[in-house]
Amino acid sequence: MKADLSILPLRLEAVSYASDGTALLQDVAFTLEAGPRTLVLGPNGAGKSLLLRLCHGLITPTSGSVTWLGPALQRAGTHQAMVFQRPVMLRRSAHGNLVHALRLAGLDASAARLRADAALDRFGLGGLAKRPARVLSGGEQQRLALARAWAVRPQMLFLDEPTASLDPAATHAVEAIVAAFHAEGVKIMMSTHDLAQARRLADEILFLYAGRLIERAPADEFFNQPRTREAQAFLRGELLW
Amino acid sequence: MGNCYGETVIRFILCLLALSLSAAASAAPAITVASTTSTEQSGLFGYLLPLFKARTGIEAHVVAVGTGQALKIGENGDCDVVFVHDRESELKFVESGFGIERREVMYNDFVLIGPKSDPAHIAGESSVSAALAGIAAAGAPFVSRGDDSGTDKAEKRLWRAAGIEGKMTQSSWYREIGQGMGPALNTAAAMGAYLLADRGTWISFKNRRDLDILVEGDKRLFNQYGVMLVNPARHPQVKAAEGRQFIRWLTAPEGQKAIAAYKIEGQQLFFPNYRP
Amino acid sequence: MLEMYHAFAAAWGLLIGFDPVLLGIVGLSLEVTLSAVALAALIGLPLGAIIAISRFPGRSALVLLLNAAMGLPPVVVGLAVYLLLSHAGPLGWLGLLFTPRAMIVAQTILVLPIIASLSRQAVEELWEEYSELLRSLGSSRWRAVPTLLFEGRHSLLTAGLAGFGRAIAEVGAILIVGGNIAGYTRTMTTAISLETSRGDLALALGLGIILLGLALAVNAAAFLIGSAGRKSATPG
Repeated sequence: MKADLSILPLRLEAVSYASDGTALLQDVAFTLEAGPRTLVLGPNGAGKSLLLRLCHGLITPTSGSVTWLGPALQRAGTHQAMVFQRPVMLRRSAHGNLVHALRLAGLDASAARLRADAALDRFGLGGLAKRPARVLSGGEQQRLALARAWAVRPQMLFLDEPTASLDPAATHAVEAIVAAFHAEGVKIMMSTHDLAQARRLADEILFLYAGRLIERAPADEFFNQPRTREAQAFLRGELLW
Repeated sequence: MGNCYGETVIRFILCLLALSLSAAASAAPAITVASTTSTEQSGLFGYLLPLFKARTGIEAHVVAVGTGQALKIGENGDCDVVFVHDRESELKFVESGFGIERREVMYNDFVLIGPKSDPAHIAGESSVSAALAGIAAAGAPFVSRGDDSGTDKAEKRLWRAAGIEGKMTQSSWYREIGQGMGPALNTAAAMGAYLLADRGTWISFKNRRDLDILVEGDKRLFNQYGVMLVNPARHPQVKAAEGRQFIRWLTAPEGQKAIAAYKIEGQQLFFPNYRP
Repeated sequence: MLEMYHAFAAAWGLLIGFDPVLLGIVGLSLEVTLSAVALAALIGLPLGAIIAISRFPGRSALVLLLNAAMGLPPVVVGLAVYLLLSHAGPLGWLGLLFTPRAMIVAQTILVLPIIASLSRQAVEELWEEYSELLRSLGSSRWRAVPTLLFEGRHSLLTAGLAGFGRAIAEVGAILIVGGNIAGYTRTMTTAISLETSRGDLALALGLGIILLGLALAVNAAAFLIGSAGRKSATPG
């Protein structure tokens, strides 16, 4: 399932997105390479979720382009997975949800079942396989969503504030899983408004404010020597939205 | 997972469909007979048709509607045989080329029904024209089928013969309900009104309340039934062979005897009168 | 009051006697209505789902029409089908008039808008909920249709029951296109209609009680299936 060829790098050029005449993202441009964990940081309403969805291909930009430059000449949506802020599960068992995702990814029925079993075990959800996914706790569902993402062997994983509605224990578990993904070679692009989380996880920061990309820097540089006014204000806890 | 579930459901539904549609198709040879509500509701067909099937193996499907509608069904070629009781319309049907091989099969009679209280004082009257005139004069409520059936046409003819034609449709005591014999009797029973009914339906009618036969026996109340084959030249899909078997059986000694043998409450309803 | 007593007595008598004519009538009612619901579901479920996920000019008008068609008067549908299936009409060569199949056709037309409309509504809501996830997993809109239909299976079951209820209760359409032929196209509702017009009100009421019992049984069964499923959807 995993392609030998990479889909990365990902290049955004002059990407803007407007809805009902309101500009929500303006003139965003950057290139993402395979490797570093990229965290998208910014206050609420900065456009983080929007940016992730544009990169993943769920939304098309009003102007500008989102291009995958890697040697694997595949359709934009493939070899990627996304985990949402609130886990979205089908009305079937935990195992069934994974099988469904794997069938969509192209596996036949028996291969899908085996891979689903493996994914559930890998993330400690084996005992919950037959339970209806929607009756699991928030933390369990988010782990299930990560298991689902892992099962399809993506090259890139998008996470949109995945721990925003979780308690500290569940948050810790999710962060550990993200680190594990990264260790296996998956490119991570994750949004958060939680500074502490960003400090823990980021290799590089994309700082967004009011729909614009204000600053981009390796994590050390950003936290210790922010270049822009907005970044400095945010790190002081002053920039709320 | 959603995919194979969907396929299974679809296959199940298709099986159900195939099963039901094949079951819905009749295995025995069958003909469709357009006839009248009075014949059907008297129970005559319930008695005759099994005998016919036993003799010929043919199942006769009877669609029971008013005479006018039965003839229309024959005209459209939606049935194989027409079996009604309005000589005038039947002859016109044959003349226009819609039906062939008409035979007169049996007769029954109409009776004038009314409330026992008899506001028009016509009970026992021997002349139906006089009785109708009495009802009109008294302005007593009268229920008419008004549905273009054989009974309805006969009723209109009797008003004409009594010289009261036309006036009554504008009068409030004359109530046209546009329905069959059963509903007409129900309405008359509820209203305490007079009406013209065929004896067969009357005998098997259970909701009589205060109604009873007030006038009977007048020759004008004679009700002749005729059967015709829908013209296969006009409508090639007509099952002419089986239709002819039905007509022949009805008018053969066996069928005629069966018609005479049919009784309700010990009374014979229909009198076979086929003459070759 | 006496009439009601006679009605219950008549119903009871028919039931315990396993009267073959009654069994035939009940069997035909179920056959015609279940076939119609199955056919309407086969067409209507995907139709509603496709409308739900699509955007095209005139979509609102189509949705409006579909909703309005839920209230089609059965007798009008019966008349229209009659005119189509008569040998004087365009589809006469099918030879379907005055047969159970004609009744199935008429009832399918009555039930189809209900199932399609409710399917559209259910799938539209589900698509709002699942659109991002399904597209993220690589599903096209079309591929999502069976998934969404499966997701909405409980609402869709209710839609099917609504269709069943409409069909099993109607008399206008099947009376016209079936002809109420004894032993062939006579169903519970047309038999009730006949017995009422014959003045045998006790028998008519008795049949009515049996019909109500049948409808109740079907709904009870569906409720049990539904509640088993509801448990799997609510969070613990």
